[in-house]
Formats: sequence, structure tokens, C-alpha cells
Amino acid sequence: MQKLGLGQAVNQALREEMRRDPRVFIAGEGVGVGIHNSPMLPTDGLVEEFGPGRVKDTPVSEAAIAGLAVGAAEAGLRPVVEIMFNPFFTLASDMIVNHAAKLRYLSGGKSSFPLVVRMKSGAGFGAGCQHSHNLEAWAAHCPGLKVVMPSTPADAKGLLKSAIRDENPVVFIENMGLYFTPGPVPQEEYLTPIGKADIKRQGRDVTVVTWSSMLWVAFGAAEKLAGQGIEMEIVDLRTLTPLDKETILASVKKTGRLVVLHEATRTGGFAGEIAAVVMEDGFPSLKAPFRRVTGPDIPVPASPPLERFYIPDEEQLIAAVKEIVETGG
Amino acid sequence: MQISADKKIEMLQTMILTRKFEDALAELCKIEGKIPGMMILCTGQEAVGSGACAALEPLDVIITNHRSHNHLLAKGADPGELMAEIFCKSTGCNKGKSGTLHLAVPEVCAPCTTTVVGGSLPIAVGQAFAQQYRQQDRVTVCFFGDGAADEGSFHESLNLASLWQLPVIFVCENNLYAGAQRFDEHARVKDLAQRASAYAMPGRIVDGNDVLAVYQATMEARQSAVTGGGPTLIECKTYRCRGHGETDQQLYQPRDEIEKWQKKCPIPRLSDELVSQGLITPDGLKEMETRAGDIVDQAVRFAEESPYPLPEEALDDVFA
Repeated sequence: MQKLGLGQAVNQALREEMRRDPRVFIAGEGVGVGIHNSPMLPTDGLVEEFGPGRVKDTPVSEAAIAGLAVGAAEAGLRPVVEIMFNPFFTLASDMIVNHAAKLRYLSGGKSSFPLVVRMKSGAGFGAGCQHSHNLEAWAAHCPGLKVVMPSTPADAKGLLKSAIRDENPVVFIENMGLYFTPGPVPQEEYLTPIGKADIKRQGRDVTVVTWSSMLWVAFGAAEKLAGQGIEMEIVDLRTLTPLDKETILASVKKTGRLVVLHEATRTGGFAGEIAAVVMEDGFPSLKAPFRRVTGPDIPVPASPPLERFYIPDEEQLIAAVKEIVETGG
Repeated sequence: MQISADKKIEMLQTMILTRKFEDALAELCKIEGKIPGMMILCTGQEAVGSGACAALEPLDVIITNHRSHNHLLAKGADPGELMAEIFCKSTGCNKGKSGTLHLAVPEVCAPCTTTVVGGSLPIAVGQAFAQQYRQQDRVTVCFFGDGAADEGSFHESLNLASLWQLPVIFVCENNLYAGAQRFDEHARVKDLAQRASAYAMPGRIVDGNDVLAVYQATMEARQSAVTGGGPTLIECKTYRCRGHGETDQQLYQPRDEIEKWQKKCPIPRLSDELVSQGLITPDGLKEMETRAGDIVDQAVRFAEESPYPLPEEALDDVFA
């Protein structure tokens, strides 16, 4: 099987969908000719294959980029636009939140807006808080948007292809740290369904729900805990909205314990939503209190020791798991 | 440019229909419980939408804003379905989801009315991009007010449309007020059309109460757009004779200013001209008014007799 970084997997998905469907075009800042050149980046080489008519470099105009997607999608094209970094979502958010997400509803179901907004996210580059703020919970709070955050290259490819074919607006958030770690990606055509979580590791003692780059933190913690006789089940959410409640509830029913792990800050983070779902629909399954492991409520700092402090790590997850396994019956 | 008698009469009909439609709304919205939400009317500004839309082909697109009734009627939206939507009834064009402020009529290529000031511009750019991408001989007209020209989206959109030479016509309906701010209280430029030059785009100033001038300017902009000439900004100088909405008492608008502009009403301006030129008779004009009144009466009756949507229909239409 081929091994690709997540950015390369995104690149392959874009190529395949652009070859398959002439309605698909991409637009954004530096998607054709960018300031960084690396075969690991998602839009590398696309302008060479598809030309500047379908790979549109835009001015630094996030509202116009997002509006371009909204208008073109309603008109029948399949825009895939890039907002360079997740914090710049704020500049594009009127078009995404007030328009992409709402215009179908406002039309009484007459119009649809099949568009994808790709954004890079994640701390770990010393880039500081205006490039590294994880805002997935904002997008997930908007009815009418689907929010996808892949953790593996294979999922990224299959989910992006599904997102491009989806009739609804999809916010697709890629953790940059995952661009540079190759993983297996099937060569043949496949789609990964949006709205379906994936159990990445089976275990009997505790359910850890996570997504995006934090999956790899969970894997590391799971290996260490296995050595101590604690078997972690890892639910990779993959899609925040629509939320796959069934998979979460079934796993919690099996293990009786729940920890949610995300890189985004704590208060108002999506862990709270998952906790609420389990309190409402899975409370009798719980043998121990719920715990969350998240970034602290601070802007992402730039200095390496500060940034490392921000990003949730294996030790924090192990401590949370042990606490509820040992005290929770 | 020679404008045919039929075209002139069509524009007059649209203006009269809009006026009757909105005069009815001005009364109906005062009745407690009749029409939910705000009521935003365009009395005195009917020439802009009527003239611009008359210059379009059926598959040309319009994207409009909170003061949309004229634009939508001019583009051919069904008055009954519009009225029912304004009443928030299930037979409305959007099944009661949009109400008067967000009317969407994709059947007549008017897929979006946005109440976010400046929201119409980036979406129009996207529609025009799709027209260019598919090499269609079509244009997108974007309606917005003078207030929207102060939003960042205005500048991003004009820049991108010009850069890519998109077939979009930006129609700025400068009614001299953005909310309670007079034009010279929110912009230093004398004419918003000047801002076109910042984006290397033609900027036209048109008497927005002269429907024939609006029509002509739009025709020329359309011709330019479909032959690769890119976008045009047309500033239509007009006046907001009513408040921002019907609950606005216009305390900040001088009485004599309002009266001065009421005398410039675009409807008699055209009808007097057509009568004096013998293109319609006074009886013909009366008949036109009666017919418009009948259409509006029928629309109101349809809206009043229609049921509200069932509460749980609120859950429909979020996702495709």
C-alpha cells in the first residue's frame, strides 16, 4: 500500500475528484503558486495538472474566497476553497456561518450549497495563537455545517472525497502536524462516510473519544496503559457534526468510562457536547466520572516550552484514565 | 440607445406593481399579529430594480438585500408566493423559513436575499465566477445600499471581480441613508462610483429615479460583461422616502428633504412621459393600476387564507 502524509492524501483526493468531476475547482491564497514548496502540501502540483482556470489563486480576501464558494456552489459548481489557517475563519465566517450554513434553510430547501472549506489547524509550530487556534467547536455550533477533522491520511482522503460529493457545506480541518508523517492510504477508489466515527483501538476498560492529531497521543497513552493492564478503546470521531452518537454510546456501554481528548481549549470545547450526549443517553452505563483532557483556556503561546505546556500529552491522558479506572469501580 | 415602447411599459408595470404591493404591506404590517418581524420597504426607489432587471435575460442572476421586494418582483417572482412568505405561511416561496427579509426565489434566478449588509457582494462574485467558468453568456447583478459600500466585503468583492474580469454588475442603490446616517455622515467621497476606480473598474453614476437611465446603464454594463469587459459599478442616486423600516419614525430626515424627493417619484415621471408621448392613454394607465391592484389583492388573499407551517416543519431543510 502507498504511504502518504495527510497533506498528500488530501492532494490525491483533490486530484481524483477534479479528474472525475469538471464542476470541482479550488481557490484560495497560494493554492496554485504558494510561498512554500513541498510535495507534502495539499495543493502541490495541482495548477500544473489542472491549470489556473480550475486552481484559482486569490488575493488575501477571506470573505471573498468564502463568498466565491457560496455563490458558485448555488450556481451548480463544486468549490473547494482554502482558508489558510483556522484562526482566519473569523475573516471568512460571515459567508460560512450566515450564508453557507443558512441559505438552504432560508430557501425552504430549494437551493443547496455543496462546498468544502479546507483549513489548516493545530499548535506545535511555534506560530503562535493567530495561526494555531483550534476553532472546530465554533463551526460545530452552526446548524447547516458539517465539520470533519481527519486523523489519518487514509481517512483524510476518503473523507475529503465524500465532502466534495456532499450536497451540503463541509468545514474540513487538517492538522498541519499530520502532513509530515506518512501512513498507509489505499490506492483504489474509496469514500469514507461523513458522520461515522471509527474505533481505532479496541479495549474494555475506558473509552477515549478524540479526533485529528490527538489520536496519536491517545495511541501512545494506550500502549503505555496496556503495559499496566488497562485497555483503552479509542473512538476517532472523524466528524464532529453530524455527531455519531451511536458509536460513542455503544463504546461507553462496553467500557463504562469516558475521557474526551482534544487539542482545542477547554471551556466551550466539543468535549462538553460529548459529555452531554453521554449524560443524556448513556448515564446508566457510566461506572466512573467523566474526564476531559484539553488545551488550557489560554491563547496558544509561541515559545516552545509554553506551547508544549499547551498541547495535551500522553501523561495527562494517562493520569485522567488512571484516575477514573482506579477510583471508579 | 432606443428603448422600445413595450420595454418602457414593462418597467412602468413593474414599478406600479411594486408600489401597490408595498403600499399594501405598509398597512398590513400595522395590524397586530399579521406580519411577523420587520418591514422594510423601498417606496420611491422602484426605478432601480425595475430598470436593472428589465435589462436582464431570464437566466441572468440577481443577488439582493434586505430591501428586496422590488428586485424580486422585477425579476419575475410570483407575487402570491412572495406575499405568503412575507406572511410566513407554508405556501410562501420558502415555506415560512425566510419571512420578508430573506426571500429566495431560485426559480427566477434570484437565489439569495441577504440581510447581512454587504453580504450580497461576495456571493454575487461566486455566481459570476460560475457563469464565467461555464462560459455562459450570463451576468449577475448585485444589489446593495450605500451602507454596504463601507463593508470590507464590498472592497474584497470589487477587487476580485475586477481581477478576474467577472461578469458581475454591482448596482449600488444609494438612497442617501444607511440606517440613521446620512450619506455624508458615513462616507467622505461625494460619489460611491468613485470607488470603482480603486479597482480599475468602470464606475457609472445614474439618476436612480429615472428608470430608463438605470435600464440603459445596466444594458451597457451587461453588454460589457458578456463580451469579456468585466464588472461595472453603477451608483443609482435615489432616496429613502420611508424609514429604514416601518417602525423608524425618520426623526433624523428633514421633512423638506423627504418632500423634495417625493416630488421626484419615478412612477409619474415615466407614466407622464409615456402619456405625453402617446405610448399609453390615461385610461390605459388607469387600467394598468387596476390590474396591479388586483394582483396584489389576490396575493394578500392567498397569503391570508394560507395556513402557517406545522411547528415541527422547523426541523426540515437544514441539510440536503
